Amino acid sequence: MRYNQRLFVPYPQGVGQCLTEGLCSVIELDQVQKSYQVGGRAIPALQPTDLTIDTGEVFGIVGHSGAGKSTLVRLINLLERPTGGRVLVDGEDVTHYDAAELRAFRRKVGMIFQHFNLLSSRTVADNIAFPMKLAGIYSKAQIRDRVAELLALVSLTDQGNKYPSQLSGGQKQRVGIARALACRPSILLCDEATSALDPQTTQSVLRLLAEINRELGLTIVLITHEMDVVRRICDRVAVMDGGRIVEMGAVTDVFLHPEHPTTRDFVFESENVDRDELQQDFEHAAGRILRLTFRGESTYKPLLGHVARQSGVDFSILSGRIDHIKDTPYGQLTLSLVGGNLEQAMAEFELADVHVEVVR
Amino acid sequence: MMESLLTNVDWVEIGWASWDTLVMVGMSLLFSVLIGLPVGVLLFLTGKRQLLEQPVAYAILSFIVNVLRSVPFIILLIVMIPVTVMIIGTSLGVAGAIPPLVAGGAPFFARLVETSLREVDRGIIEATQAMGGNVRQIIFGALLPEALPGIIAGITVTAITLVSYAAMSGVVGGGGLGDLAIRFGYQRFQTDVMVITVALLVVFVQLLQMLGDRLVLYFSRK
Repeated sequence: MRYNQRLFVPYPQGVGQCLTEGLCSVIELDQVQKSYQVGGRAIPALQPTDLTIDTGEVFGIVGHSGAGKSTLVRLINLLERPTGGRVLVDGEDVTHYDAAELRAFRRKVGMIFQHFNLLSSRTVADNIAFPMKLAGIYSKAQIRDRVAELLALVSLTDQGNKYPSQLSGGQKQRVGIARALACRPSILLCDEATSALDPQTTQSVLRLLAEINRELGLTIVLITHEMDVVRRICDRVAVMDGGRIVEMGAVTDVFLHPEHPTTRDFVFESENVDRDELQQDFEHAAGRILRLTFRGESTYKPLLGHVARQSGVDFSILSGRIDHIKDTPYGQLTLSLVGGNLEQAMAEFELADVHVEVVR
Repeated sequence: MMESLLTNVDWVEIGWASWDTLVMVGMSLLFSVLIGLPVGVLLFLTGKRQLLEQPVAYAILSFIVNVLRSVPFIILLIVMIPVTVMIIGTSLGVAGAIPPLVAGGAPFFARLVETSLREVDRGIIEATQAMGGNVRQIIFGALLPEALPGIIAGITVTAITLVSYAAMSGVVGGGGLGDLAIRFGYQRFQTDVMVITVALLVVFVQLLQMLGDRLVLYFSRK
Protein backbone atom coordinates (compact mmCIF):
# COMPACT_ATOMS: atom_id res chain seq x y z
CA MET A 1 0.00 0.00 0.00
CA ARG A 2 1.26 3.44 -0.86
CA TYR A 3 1.45 6.08 1.80
CA ASN A 4 1.38 9.81 1.69
CA GLN A 5 4.72 10.46 3.32
CA ARG A 6 3.83 13.76 4.84
CA LEU A 7 0.42 12.90 6.19
CA PHE A 8 1.06 9.22 6.95
CA VAL A 9 -2.30 8.12 5.70
CA PRO A 10 -2.89 5.26 3.30
CA TYR A 11 -4.49 6.05 -0.02
CA PRO A 12 -7.91 4.60 -0.69
CA GLN A 13 -7.86 1.52 -2.89
CA GLY A 14 -6.95 2.15 -6.47
CA VAL A 15 -6.01 5.76 -6.06
CA GLY A 16 -2.57 7.07 -6.84
CA GLN A 17 -1.19 3.62 -7.39
CA CYS A 18 -0.42 1.75 -10.50
CA LEU A 19 -1.80 -1.74 -10.60
CA THR A 20 0.67 -2.86 -13.25
CA GLU A 21 4.40 -2.34 -13.30
CA GLY A 22 5.72 0.82 -14.86
CA LEU A 23 3.59 3.72 -15.94
CA CYS A 24 -0.03 3.12 -16.62
CA SER A 25 -2.34 5.62 -18.14
CA VAL A 26 -4.82 7.34 -15.96
CA ILE A 27 -6.53 9.73 -18.37
CA GLU A 28 -7.18 8.81 -21.98
CA LEU A 29 -8.96 10.98 -24.47
CA ASP A 30 -10.09 9.01 -27.47
CA GLN A 31 -11.10 11.17 -30.44
CA VAL A 32 -12.67 13.61 -28.03
CA GLN A 33 -14.16 16.69 -29.62
CA LYS A 34 -16.29 19.61 -28.60
CA SER A 35 -18.27 22.14 -30.55
CA TYR A 36 -20.73 24.78 -29.45
CA GLN A 37 -24.04 25.57 -31.09
CA VAL A 38 -24.08 29.25 -31.90
CA GLY A 39 -27.10 30.45 -33.83
CA GLY A 40 -27.74 27.01 -35.31
CA ARG A 41 -24.14 26.55 -36.44
CA ALA A 42 -21.63 24.28 -34.76
CA ILE A 43 -18.50 26.20 -33.78
CA PRO A 44 -15.69 23.74 -33.05
CA ALA A 45 -13.76 24.47 -29.84
CA LEU A 46 -11.78 21.25 -29.86
CA GLN A 47 -10.97 19.14 -32.91
CA PRO A 48 -11.00 15.35 -32.41
CA THR A 49 -8.11 14.77 -30.05
CA ASP A 50 -6.25 11.74 -28.73
CA LEU A 51 -4.29 12.20 -25.56
CA THR A 52 -2.94 9.95 -22.85
CA ILE A 53 -1.84 11.32 -19.52
CA ASP A 54 0.04 8.91 -17.28
CA THR A 55 -0.28 8.27 -13.56
CA GLY A 56 1.74 10.62 -11.44
CA GLU A 57 2.97 12.90 -14.19
CA VAL A 58 2.61 16.63 -14.40
CA PHE A 59 1.14 17.29 -17.81
CA GLY A 60 1.09 20.82 -19.16
CA ILE A 61 -1.23 22.14 -21.83
CA VAL A 62 -0.07 25.44 -23.23
CA GLY A 63 -1.80 27.68 -25.71
CA HIS A 64 -3.11 31.17 -26.30
CA SER A 65 -6.58 32.06 -25.13
CA GLY A 66 -9.16 30.49 -27.41
CA ALA A 67 -6.82 27.65 -28.37
CA GLY A 68 -9.14 25.13 -26.70
CA LYS A 69 -7.08 24.30 -23.64
CA SER A 70 -9.78 25.43 -21.23
CA THR A 71 -12.27 23.21 -23.01
CA LEU A 72 -9.86 20.29 -23.03
CA VAL A 73 -9.25 20.36 -19.29
CA ARG A 74 -12.99 20.68 -18.55
CA LEU A 75 -13.70 17.63 -20.68
CA ILE A 76 -11.69 15.55 -18.22
CA ASN A 77 -14.09 16.13 -15.32
CA LEU A 78 -17.01 16.64 -17.68
CA LEU A 79 -17.71 20.23 -16.72
CA GLU A 80 -17.98 20.30 -20.50
CA ARG A 81 -19.69 17.42 -22.26
CA PRO A 82 -17.80 16.17 -25.31
CA THR A 83 -19.78 16.24 -28.55
CA GLY A 84 -17.90 13.14 -29.66
CA GLY A 85 -15.34 10.60 -28.52
CA ARG A 86 -14.63 8.97 -25.18
CA VAL A 87 -13.00 10.15 -21.96
CA LEU A 88 -11.46 7.22 -20.10
CA VAL A 89 -10.19 7.57 -16.58
CA ASP A 90 -8.53 4.49 -15.14
CA GLY A 91 -9.96 2.61 -18.09
CA GLU A 92 -13.58 3.57 -17.47
CA ASP A 93 -15.55 5.65 -19.93
CA VAL A 94 -16.78 8.45 -17.69
CA THR A 95 -19.04 9.96 -20.33
CA HIS A 96 -21.55 7.18 -19.64
CA TYR A 97 -21.78 7.82 -15.90
CA ASP A 98 -25.19 8.70 -14.49
CA ALA A 99 -25.58 11.77 -12.26
CA ALA A 100 -24.63 10.03 -9.01
CA GLU A 101 -21.64 8.22 -10.54
CA LEU A 102 -20.49 11.46 -12.10
CA ARG A 103 -20.56 13.26 -8.75
CA ALA A 104 -18.62 10.43 -7.13
CA PHE A 105 -16.11 10.54 -9.99
CA ARG A 106 -15.66 14.29 -9.65
CA ARG A 107 -14.62 13.84 -6.03
CA LYS A 108 -11.66 11.87 -7.39
CA VAL A 109 -10.68 14.82 -9.56
CA GLY A 110 -9.68 18.01 -7.74
CA MET A 111 -9.67 21.30 -9.59
CA ILE A 112 -8.16 24.72 -8.97
CA PHE A 113 -8.94 27.90 -10.86
CA GLN A 114 -7.36 31.10 -12.07
CA HIS A 115 -9.64 33.20 -9.87
CA PHE A 116 -9.65 30.68 -7.03
CA ASN A 117 -13.49 30.49 -6.87
CA LEU A 118 -13.53 30.31 -3.10
CA LEU A 119 -16.80 30.90 -1.29
CA SER A 120 -16.53 34.37 0.17
CA SER A 121 -19.23 33.59 2.72
CA ARG A 122 -17.26 30.75 4.31
CA THR A 123 -14.07 30.77 6.33
CA VAL A 124 -10.88 29.21 4.99
CA ALA A 125 -11.51 26.07 7.04
CA ASP A 126 -15.12 25.84 5.87
CA ASN A 127 -14.04 26.29 2.27
CA ILE A 128 -11.66 23.35 2.62
CA ALA A 129 -14.35 21.31 4.36
CA PHE A 130 -16.93 22.15 1.68
CA PRO A 131 -16.23 19.29 -0.77
CA MET A 132 -16.23 16.80 2.11
CA LYS A 133 -19.59 18.12 3.30
CA LEU A 134 -20.94 17.86 -0.26
CA ALA A 135 -19.79 14.25 -0.39
CA GLY A 136 -21.88 13.48 2.70
CA ILE A 137 -19.79 10.44 3.61
CA TYR A 138 -17.47 11.97 6.20
CA SER A 139 -18.09 12.43 9.92
CA LYS A 140 -17.60 15.80 11.59
CA ALA A 141 -14.43 14.54 13.27
CA GLN A 142 -13.03 13.23 9.98
CA ILE A 143 -13.67 16.58 8.34
CA ARG A 144 -12.09 18.50 11.22
CA ASP A 145 -8.95 16.35 11.18
CA ARG A 146 -8.61 16.45 7.42
CA VAL A 147 -9.00 20.24 7.35
CA ALA A 148 -6.25 20.58 9.96
CA GLU A 149 -3.97 18.29 7.90
CA LEU A 150 -4.59 20.25 4.73
CA LEU A 151 -4.10 23.64 6.38
CA ALA A 152 -0.70 22.35 7.52
CA LEU A 153 0.08 21.00 4.04
CA VAL A 154 -0.46 24.41 2.45
CA SER A 155 1.15 26.29 5.38
CA LEU A 156 -2.00 28.11 6.43
CA THR A 157 -2.48 26.56 9.87
CA ASP A 158 -3.18 29.89 11.58
CA GLN A 159 -5.51 31.19 8.89
CA GLY A 160 -8.38 28.71 9.21
CA ASN A 161 -10.82 31.19 10.73
CA LYS A 162 -10.17 33.98 8.28
CA TYR A 163 -12.37 34.76 5.31
CA PRO A 164 -10.94 34.56 1.76
CA SER A 165 -11.13 38.35 1.36
CA GLN A 166 -8.58 38.68 4.15
CA LEU A 167 -6.00 36.61 2.28
CA SER A 168 -3.46 37.45 -0.41
CA GLY A 169 -3.76 35.92 -3.89
CA GLY A 170 -1.15 33.29 -3.17
CA GLN A 171 -2.86 32.32 0.07
CA LYS A 172 -6.20 32.09 -1.71
CA GLN A 173 -4.72 29.70 -4.25
CA ARG A 174 -3.28 27.62 -1.40
CA VAL A 175 -6.77 27.39 0.05
CA GLY A 176 -7.97 26.40 -3.42
CA ILE A 177 -5.35 23.65 -3.53
CA ALA A 178 -6.24 22.42 -0.04
CA ARG A 179 -9.92 22.36 -1.00
CA ALA A 180 -9.15 20.45 -4.20
CA LEU A 181 -7.25 17.83 -2.20
CA ALA A 182 -9.89 17.44 0.54
CA CYS A 183 -11.50 14.27 -0.82
CA ARG A 184 -8.10 12.70 -1.66
CA PRO A 185 -8.36 12.93 -5.44
CA SER A 186 -6.05 11.01 -7.76
CA ILE A 187 -6.07 13.78 -10.36
CA LEU A 188 -5.62 17.51 -9.94
CA LEU A 189 -6.72 19.85 -12.74
CA CYS A 190 -5.20 23.33 -12.72
CA ASP A 191 -6.94 25.95 -14.82
CA GLU A 192 -4.49 28.83 -15.26
CA ALA A 193 -3.80 28.43 -11.56
CA THR A 194 -0.98 30.95 -11.43
CA SER A 195 -2.08 33.43 -14.09
CA ALA A 196 -3.57 35.86 -11.56
CA LEU A 197 -0.50 35.74 -9.31
CA ASP A 198 2.69 37.78 -9.27
CA PRO A 199 5.95 36.03 -10.25
CA GLN A 200 7.13 35.28 -6.72
CA THR A 201 3.78 33.94 -5.59
CA THR A 202 3.63 31.91 -8.81
CA GLN A 203 6.93 30.30 -7.85
CA SER A 204 5.74 29.31 -4.40
CA VAL A 205 2.45 27.92 -5.71
CA LEU A 206 4.32 25.94 -8.38
CA ARG A 207 6.68 24.59 -5.73
CA LEU A 208 3.67 23.48 -3.70
CA LEU A 209 2.15 21.76 -6.74
CA ALA A 210 5.44 20.00 -7.49
CA GLU A 211 5.65 18.88 -3.87
CA ILE A 212 2.10 17.55 -3.94
CA ASN A 213 2.84 15.70 -7.15
CA ARG A 214 5.96 14.14 -5.66
CA GLU A 215 4.60 13.29 -2.24
CA LEU A 216 1.02 12.33 -3.00
CA GLY A 217 1.67 10.82 -6.41
CA LEU A 218 -1.16 12.87 -7.85
CA THR A 219 -1.51 13.22 -11.60
CA ILE A 220 -1.56 16.92 -12.38
CA VAL A 221 -2.99 18.39 -15.57
CA LEU A 222 -2.15 22.03 -15.84
CA ILE A 223 -3.20 24.54 -18.45
CA THR A 224 -1.40 27.81 -18.86
CA HIS A 225 -0.35 30.40 -21.39
CA GLU A 226 3.05 30.76 -19.76
CA MET A 227 5.77 28.45 -21.04
CA ASP A 228 7.71 29.26 -17.90
CA VAL A 229 5.16 27.43 -15.76
CA VAL A 230 5.53 24.39 -18.00
CA ARG A 231 9.31 24.60 -17.80
CA ARG A 232 9.28 24.66 -14.02
CA ILE A 233 7.09 21.72 -13.13
CA CYS A 234 5.79 19.76 -16.10
CA ASP A 235 7.07 16.41 -17.30
CA ARG A 236 5.28 16.49 -20.62
CA VAL A 237 3.57 19.23 -22.53
CA ALA A 238 1.03 19.60 -25.29
CA VAL A 239 0.93 22.82 -27.27
CA MET A 240 -2.50 23.79 -28.55
CA ASP A 241 -3.49 26.07 -31.37
CA GLY A 242 -6.84 26.50 -33.10
CA GLY A 243 -8.56 23.72 -31.18
CA ARG A 244 -5.98 21.03 -31.77
CA ILE A 245 -2.75 19.77 -30.26
CA VAL A 246 0.04 20.89 -32.60
CA GLU A 247 3.00 19.53 -30.68
CA MET A 248 3.45 17.19 -27.76
CA GLY A 249 6.31 15.56 -25.97
CA ALA A 250 8.70 15.66 -23.02
CA VAL A 251 9.14 19.23 -21.84
CA THR A 252 12.90 19.08 -22.42
CA ASP A 253 12.39 18.05 -26.06
CA VAL A 254 9.63 20.49 -26.83
CA PHE A 255 11.32 23.31 -25.00
CA LEU A 256 14.78 22.88 -26.45
CA HIS A 257 13.76 21.84 -29.94
CA PRO A 258 10.39 23.38 -30.68
CA GLU A 259 9.06 22.38 -34.08
CA HIS A 260 5.72 24.08 -34.58
CA PRO A 261 5.65 27.88 -35.08
CA THR A 262 3.26 28.31 -32.13
CA THR A 263 5.61 26.37 -29.89
CA ARG A 264 8.55 28.47 -31.07
CA ASP A 265 6.61 31.61 -30.25
CA PHE A 266 5.93 30.36 -26.74
CA VAL A 267 9.52 29.36 -26.12
CA PHE A 268 10.96 32.63 -27.42
CA GLU A 269 8.40 34.58 -25.46
CA SER A 270 9.34 32.81 -22.25
CA GLU A 271 13.02 33.50 -22.87
CA ASN A 272 12.38 37.17 -23.51
CA VAL A 273 14.19 36.88 -26.82
CA ASP A 274 13.46 39.49 -29.44
CA ARG A 275 13.91 37.56 -32.64
CA ASP A 276 14.40 40.57 -34.89
CA GLU A 277 17.11 41.91 -32.66
CA LEU A 278 18.77 38.53 -32.59
CA GLN A 279 18.64 38.37 -36.39
CA GLN A 280 20.40 41.73 -36.61
CA ASP A 281 23.14 40.57 -34.25
CA PHE A 282 23.65 37.54 -36.45
CA GLU A 283 24.12 39.69 -39.53
CA HIS A 284 27.10 41.41 -37.94
CA ALA A 285 28.69 38.12 -36.97
CA ALA A 286 31.21 36.44 -39.23
CA GLY A 287 31.52 32.73 -40.14
CA ARG A 288 29.13 29.91 -39.36
CA ILE A 289 26.52 30.30 -36.70
CA LEU A 290 25.67 27.28 -34.56
CA ARG A 291 23.16 26.81 -31.78
CA LEU A 292 24.37 24.37 -29.17
CA THR A 293 22.02 22.76 -26.70
CA PHE A 294 23.47 21.19 -23.58
CA ARG A 295 21.30 18.99 -21.45
CA GLY A 296 21.88 17.45 -18.04
CA GLU A 297 25.49 16.88 -16.98
CA SER A 298 27.04 18.27 -20.17
CA THR A 299 25.71 21.70 -19.17
CA TYR A 300 28.50 22.08 -16.65
CA LYS A 301 31.40 20.69 -18.75
CA PRO A 302 34.17 23.13 -19.81
CA LEU A 303 33.66 22.15 -23.42
CA LEU A 304 34.10 25.29 -25.53
CA GLY A 305 37.80 25.89 -24.85
CA HIS A 306 38.53 22.23 -25.36
CA VAL A 307 36.82 22.11 -28.75
CA ALA A 308 38.42 25.37 -29.84
CA ARG A 309 41.91 24.03 -29.07
CA GLN A 310 41.26 20.68 -30.74
CA SER A 311 39.78 22.06 -33.96
CA GLY A 312 41.49 25.43 -34.14
CA VAL A 313 38.25 27.37 -34.58
CA ASP A 314 37.75 30.78 -33.04
CA PHE A 315 34.36 31.49 -31.55
CA SER A 316 32.36 34.33 -30.20
CA ILE A 317 29.20 33.94 -28.16
CA LEU A 318 26.17 35.67 -29.65
CA SER A 319 23.63 34.64 -27.04
CA GLY A 320 23.33 32.11 -24.28
CA ARG A 321 21.48 30.98 -21.21
CA ILE A 322 21.72 28.32 -18.57
CA ASP A 323 18.60 27.27 -16.71
CA HIS A 324 16.56 24.31 -15.52
CA ILE A 325 13.68 22.43 -17.03
CA LYS A 326 12.00 20.94 -13.99
CA ASP A 327 15.05 19.18 -12.46
CA THR A 328 17.16 18.98 -15.61
CA PRO A 329 19.80 21.66 -16.12
CA TYR A 330 20.23 22.85 -19.66
CA GLY A 331 22.19 25.46 -21.58
CA GLN A 332 21.73 27.00 -24.96
CA LEU A 333 24.53 28.89 -26.70
CA THR A 334 24.56 30.57 -30.07
CA LEU A 335 28.11 30.84 -31.40
CA SER A 336 29.73 32.22 -34.49
CA LEU A 337 32.72 30.14 -35.56
CA VAL A 338 35.59 31.35 -37.70
CA GLY A 339 38.58 29.45 -39.14
CA GLY A 340 39.93 26.06 -38.07
CA ASN A 341 38.26 22.75 -38.79
CA LEU A 342 34.53 23.35 -38.47
CA GLU A 343 33.61 19.73 -39.24
CA GLN A 344 35.81 18.51 -36.44
CA ALA A 345 34.40 21.07 -34.00
CA MET A 346 30.87 19.93 -34.75
CA ALA A 347 31.85 16.30 -34.35
CA GLU A 348 33.48 17.09 -30.99
CA PHE A 349 30.28 18.76 -29.77
CA GLU A 350 28.16 15.84 -30.90
CA LEU A 351 30.53 13.48 -29.18
CA ALA A 352 30.00 15.36 -25.90
CA ASP A 353 26.23 14.86 -26.21
CA VAL A 354 25.61 18.41 -27.25
CA HIS A 355 22.89 19.00 -29.79
CA VAL A 356 24.15 21.10 -32.69
CA GLU A 357 21.92 23.11 -34.97
CA VAL A 358 23.37 25.09 -37.86
CA VAL A 359 21.66 28.47 -37.92
CA ARG A 360 23.64 29.90 -40.84
CA MET B 1 -46.86 75.17 22.43
CA MET B 2 -46.87 71.59 21.08
CA GLU B 3 -50.47 71.15 22.25
CA SER B 4 -51.71 74.14 20.35
CA LEU B 5 -49.93 73.07 17.16
CA LEU B 6 -51.14 69.49 17.28
CA THR B 7 -54.74 69.97 18.43
CA ASN B 8 -56.15 67.21 16.24
CA VAL B 9 -53.57 64.56 17.03
CA ASP B 10 -54.91 61.64 18.99
CA TRP B 11 -51.78 59.87 20.12
CA VAL B 12 -53.56 56.64 21.02
CA GLU B 13 -55.01 56.54 17.53
CA ILE B 14 -51.55 57.27 16.07
CA GLY B 15 -50.10 54.46 18.19
CA TRP B 16 -52.63 51.92 16.92
CA ALA B 17 -52.19 53.09 13.36
CA SER B 18 -48.43 52.70 13.65
CA TRP B 19 -48.89 49.20 15.01
CA ASP B 20 -51.22 48.36 12.14
CA THR B 21 -48.67 49.58 9.61
CA LEU B 22 -46.02 47.50 11.33
CA VAL B 23 -48.23 44.41 11.16
CA MET B 24 -49.15 44.99 7.52
CA VAL B 25 -45.55 45.52 6.46
CA GLY B 26 -44.27 42.68 8.64
CA MET B 27 -46.81 40.11 7.46
CA SER B 28 -46.68 41.11 3.80
CA LEU B 29 -42.87 41.15 3.91
CA LEU B 30 -42.86 37.67 5.42
CA PHE B 31 -45.10 36.28 2.67
CA SER B 32 -43.34 38.26 -0.06
CA VAL B 33 -40.05 36.66 0.96
CA LEU B 34 -41.58 33.20 1.34
CA ILE B 35 -43.04 33.38 -2.16
CA GLY B 36 -40.52 35.66 -3.84
CA LEU B 37 -37.39 33.78 -2.79
CA PRO B 38 -38.23 30.45 -4.44
CA VAL B 39 -39.67 32.24 -7.47
CA GLY B 40 -36.47 34.31 -7.74
CA VAL B 41 -34.34 31.17 -7.47
CA LEU B 42 -36.44 29.49 -10.17
CA LEU B 43 -36.18 32.55 -12.40
CA PHE B 44 -32.41 32.39 -12.03
CA LEU B 45 -32.04 28.66 -12.54
CA THR B 46 -34.32 28.43 -15.56
CA GLY B 47 -32.71 31.45 -17.21
CA LYS B 48 -30.45 31.39 -20.25
CA ARG B 49 -27.28 29.34 -19.85
CA GLN B 50 -28.06 28.50 -16.24
CA LEU B 51 -28.14 25.19 -14.39
CA LEU B 52 -31.72 24.22 -15.23
CA GLU B 53 -32.18 26.20 -18.43
CA GLN B 54 -35.92 25.97 -19.32
CA PRO B 55 -36.89 28.67 -21.81
CA VAL B 56 -40.63 27.92 -21.55
CA ALA B 57 -40.76 27.84 -17.75
CA TYR B 58 -38.67 31.00 -17.61
CA ALA B 59 -40.90 32.81 -20.08
CA ILE B 60 -44.06 31.92 -18.15
CA LEU B 61 -42.65 32.88 -14.74
CA SER B 62 -41.11 36.02 -16.09
CA PHE B 63 -44.40 37.02 -17.74
CA ILE B 64 -46.40 36.62 -14.53
CA VAL B 65 -43.83 38.59 -12.55
CA ASN B 66 -43.78 41.34 -15.15
CA VAL B 67 -47.58 41.61 -15.26
CA LEU B 68 -47.82 41.95 -11.48
CA ARG B 69 -45.00 44.47 -11.48
CA SER B 70 -46.40 46.60 -14.27
CA VAL B 71 -49.84 47.09 -12.70
CA PRO B 72 -49.73 50.29 -10.62
CA PHE B 73 -50.19 49.29 -7.00
CA ILE B 74 -53.25 51.45 -6.51
CA ILE B 75 -54.93 49.51 -9.35
CA LEU B 76 -53.64 46.19 -8.00
CA LEU B 77 -55.34 47.03 -4.70
CA ILE B 78 -58.69 47.31 -6.46
CA VAL B 79 -58.21 44.38 -8.85
CA MET B 80 -57.23 42.15 -5.95
CA ILE B 81 -60.40 42.84 -3.94
CA PRO B 82 -62.31 39.69 -5.02
CA VAL B 83 -59.24 37.52 -4.49
CA THR B 84 -58.68 39.07 -1.07
CA VAL B 85 -62.29 38.44 -0.07
CA MET B 86 -61.81 34.82 -1.14
CA ILE B 87 -58.67 34.36 0.95
CA ILE B 88 -59.30 36.54 4.03
CA GLY B 89 -63.07 36.97 4.00
CA THR B 90 -62.88 40.75 3.79
CA SER B 91 -60.97 43.27 1.75
CA LEU B 92 -60.97 45.82 4.54
CA GLY B 93 -58.68 46.55 7.46
CA VAL B 94 -55.19 45.31 8.17
CA ALA B 95 -55.85 41.71 7.15
CA GLY B 96 -57.55 42.79 3.92
CA ALA B 97 -54.51 44.80 2.91
CA ILE B 98 -52.06 41.94 3.16
CA PRO B 99 -52.93 39.89 0.02
CA PRO B 100 -52.57 42.85 -2.38
CA LEU B 101 -49.38 43.86 -0.59
CA VAL B 102 -47.97 40.37 -1.14
CA ALA B 103 -49.14 40.42 -4.77
CA GLY B 104 -47.14 43.60 -5.21
CA GLY B 105 -44.15 42.70 -3.01
CA ALA B 106 -43.44 39.08 -3.97
CA PRO B 107 -42.75 39.60 -7.71
CA PHE B 108 -40.70 42.68 -6.88
CA PHE B 109 -38.59 40.70 -4.44
CA ALA B 110 -38.33 37.75 -6.84
CA ARG B 111 -36.61 39.96 -9.43
CA LEU B 112 -34.24 41.29 -6.81
CA VAL B 113 -33.35 37.72 -5.82
CA GLU B 114 -32.77 36.77 -9.45
CA THR B 115 -30.47 39.76 -9.91
CA SER B 116 -28.41 39.07 -6.80
CA LEU B 117 -28.01 35.41 -7.78
CA ARG B 118 -26.78 36.48 -11.20
CA GLU B 119 -24.12 38.53 -9.51
CA VAL B 120 -22.59 35.46 -7.93
CA ASP B 121 -19.45 34.57 -9.88
CA ARG B 122 -20.14 31.72 -12.32
CA GLY B 123 -16.85 30.24 -11.20
CA ILE B 124 -18.41 29.48 -7.82
CA ILE B 125 -21.04 27.30 -9.50
CA GLU B 126 -18.41 25.65 -11.65
CA ALA B 127 -16.19 24.96 -8.65
CA THR B 128 -19.07 23.45 -6.69
CA GLN B 129 -19.95 21.26 -9.67
CA ALA B 130 -16.32 20.22 -9.98
CA MET B 131 -16.39 19.18 -6.29
CA GLY B 132 -19.28 16.84 -7.04
CA GLY B 133 -22.11 19.03 -5.78
CA ASN B 134 -25.64 18.39 -7.05
CA VAL B 135 -28.10 21.13 -7.98
CA ARG B 136 -29.63 21.30 -4.50
CA GLN B 137 -26.18 21.61 -2.91
CA ILE B 138 -25.15 24.26 -5.40
CA ILE B 139 -28.26 26.32 -4.56
CA PHE B 140 -28.23 25.97 -0.78
CA GLY B 141 -24.53 25.47 -0.18
CA ALA B 142 -23.05 27.98 -2.57
CA LEU B 143 -25.46 30.26 -4.45
CA LEU B 144 -27.74 31.43 -1.63
CA PRO B 145 -24.97 31.95 0.97
CA GLU B 146 -22.90 33.86 -1.59
CA ALA B 147 -25.87 35.99 -2.62
CA LEU B 148 -27.02 36.56 0.97
CA PRO B 149 -25.87 40.19 1.28
CA GLY B 150 -27.63 41.01 -1.98
CA ILE B 151 -30.76 39.18 -0.89
CA ILE B 152 -30.81 41.04 2.44
CA ALA B 153 -30.44 44.33 0.59
CA GLY B 154 -33.36 43.14 -1.56
CA ILE B 155 -35.47 42.43 1.53
CA THR B 156 -34.73 45.95 2.78
CA VAL B 157 -35.78 47.54 -0.50
CA THR B 158 -38.90 45.36 -0.59
CA ALA B 159 -39.79 46.29 3.03
CA ILE B 160 -39.50 49.98 2.23
CA THR B 161 -41.60 49.58 -0.88
CA LEU B 162 -44.18 47.76 1.22
CA VAL B 163 -44.29 50.67 3.69
CA SER B 164 -45.36 53.00 0.91
CA TYR B 165 -47.72 50.38 -0.57
CA ALA B 166 -49.24 49.87 2.88
CA ALA B 167 -49.86 53.60 3.20
CA MET B 168 -51.62 53.52 -0.18
CA SER B 169 -53.93 50.76 0.97
CA GLY B 170 -55.61 53.40 3.15
CA VAL B 171 -57.39 54.50 -0.01
CA VAL B 172 -59.39 51.27 -0.28
CA GLY B 173 -60.03 50.92 3.43
CA GLY B 174 -56.83 49.32 4.65
CA GLY B 175 -55.62 50.28 8.11
CA GLY B 176 -52.52 51.93 9.44
CA LEU B 177 -50.87 55.30 9.12
CA GLY B 178 -51.91 55.76 5.49
CA ASP B 179 -55.54 55.24 6.40
CA LEU B 180 -55.16 57.84 9.16
CA ALA B 181 -53.50 60.30 6.84
CA ILE B 182 -56.26 59.96 4.28
CA ARG B 183 -59.22 60.00 6.62
CA PHE B 184 -58.03 62.80 8.91
CA GLY B 185 -55.18 64.55 7.19
CA TYR B 186 -56.74 64.66 3.74
CA GLN B 187 -60.50 64.37 4.08
CA ARG B 188 -60.81 66.47 7.26
CA PHE B 189 -57.98 68.88 6.44
CA GLN B 190 -56.15 68.06 9.68
CA THR B 191 -52.68 69.03 8.52
CA ASP B 192 -51.10 68.24 11.87
CA VAL B 193 -52.21 64.60 11.60
CA MET B 194 -50.81 64.47 8.06
CA VAL B 195 -47.46 65.83 9.22
CA ILE B 196 -47.20 63.38 12.10
CA THR B 197 -48.10 60.34 9.98
CA VAL B 198 -45.65 61.32 7.26
CA ALA B 199 -42.95 61.95 9.86
CA LEU B 200 -43.57 58.52 11.38
CA LEU B 201 -43.39 56.88 7.95
CA VAL B 202 -40.10 58.64 7.28
CA VAL B 203 -38.69 57.45 10.61
CA PHE B 204 -39.92 53.93 9.90
CA VAL B 205 -38.23 53.84 6.50
CA GLN B 206 -35.00 55.22 7.95
CA LEU B 207 -34.96 52.57 10.65
CA LEU B 208 -35.58 49.81 8.10
CA GLN B 209 -32.78 51.06 5.87
CA MET B 210 -30.35 51.29 8.78
CA LEU B 211 -31.18 47.80 9.98
CA GLY B 212 -30.88 46.43 6.43
CA ASP B 213 -27.54 48.13 5.84
CA ARG B 214 -26.17 46.77 9.08
CA LEU B 215 -27.23 43.24 8.23
CA VAL B 216 -25.73 43.51 4.74
CA LEU B 217 -22.47 44.68 6.26
CA TYR B 218 -22.52 41.87 8.79
CA PHE B 219 -23.01 39.21 6.13
CA SER B 220 -20.62 40.69 3.55
CA ARG B 221 -17.25 39.00 3.63
CA LYS B 222 -15.92 40.64 0.52
